[in-house]
Amino acid sequence: MTAGDDDFWLDEDAGPLIRPYTVTAGRTRPTVDLDLLSLVVATDRLPPAMDPEHAKALALCRAPTSVAEVAAHLRLPVMVTKIVLSDLVDRRAMTTHAAHSATDPTDRALLEKLLDGLQRA
Amino acid sequence: MAYSEPEPPPTQVKILIAGGFGVGKTTFVGAVSEIEPLSTEELITEASAGIDHLGGVEEKATTTVALDFGRITIEQHGIVLYLFGTPGQRRFWFLWNELSAGALGAIVLADTRRLEDCFEAVDFFESRGTRFLVAVNEFDDAFRYVPDEVRGALGLGPQVPIVLCDARDRSSAISALKALILHLLAAAPSASA
Repeated sequence: MTAGDDDFWLDEDAGPLIRPYTVTAGRTRPTVDLDLLSLVVATDRLPPAMDPEHAKALALCRAPTSVAEVAAHLRLPVMVTKIVLSDLVDRRAMTTHAAHSATDPTDRALLEKLLDGLQRA
Repeated sequence: MAYSEPEPPPTQVKILIAGGFGVGKTTFVGAVSEIEPLSTEELITEASAGIDHLGGVEEKATTTVALDFGRITIEQHGIVLYLFGTPGQRRFWFLWNELSAGALGAIVLADTRRLEDCFEAVDFFESRGTRFLVAVNEFDDAFRYVPDEVRGALGLGPQVPIVLCDARDRSSAISALKALILHLLAAAPSASA
């Protein structure tokens, strides 16, 4: 490095200390099909050896938690988070939790419930 | 034991918050979310970034784009509303593909000082047939336009609602969400028809 005294990158300016895909051992695709709103929940089975990210993810998911929320708490990109979570599912330390996504924007009953909920929010 | 009683899963719904950089997406999501505004990143490789040609840079570049995330639980109806905010620029559309799948609708945040920043988000939702409204975030030092001026500038049809909001203010941001739901309701076929 040839950086002068004025060129030090400190803390977040230096970027992540661990390159994102180091956590995943270079893998770029999860083995389990997860989307941002998939819910994952820890089982009571602990894998024998875990990276810190796997342990943190397990600790976050004592109750069903969305993939997006886990990613935000782990401060890892979504794709990397999906790989970490799918590792845990593969090792049976975690299961995907049944979630029901309502996706029909013309479902009046749903929209009216949403409106009612927002009015009280 | 709490763990042994499986609760019926809540119904998840998704609403998107789009707009240019610095338009207030993070603020908006944070204002309405019941959890601390969360932000994560999505990786973009140069290949998926497409048009961002890095002339002379032979190495494949990886950058990140912020993804804001918030949640509103509507307990009495068993619904969890998730809000996702991310920049609407065309080079992030690969990310929007997953985000917009199954989304009920979208709010495009606009800053009247830089209206052109939301053109691409508007294009995206128009091309996908996703219903949306435009919420003009009223920055303190921005000139106040009337909604029809914004409509003209963005080339929006009369069917797209335009609301004014202050993304910092929870009730104002909630009002924008309610306006979106009303917009969806207006377009939904009525049960008696």
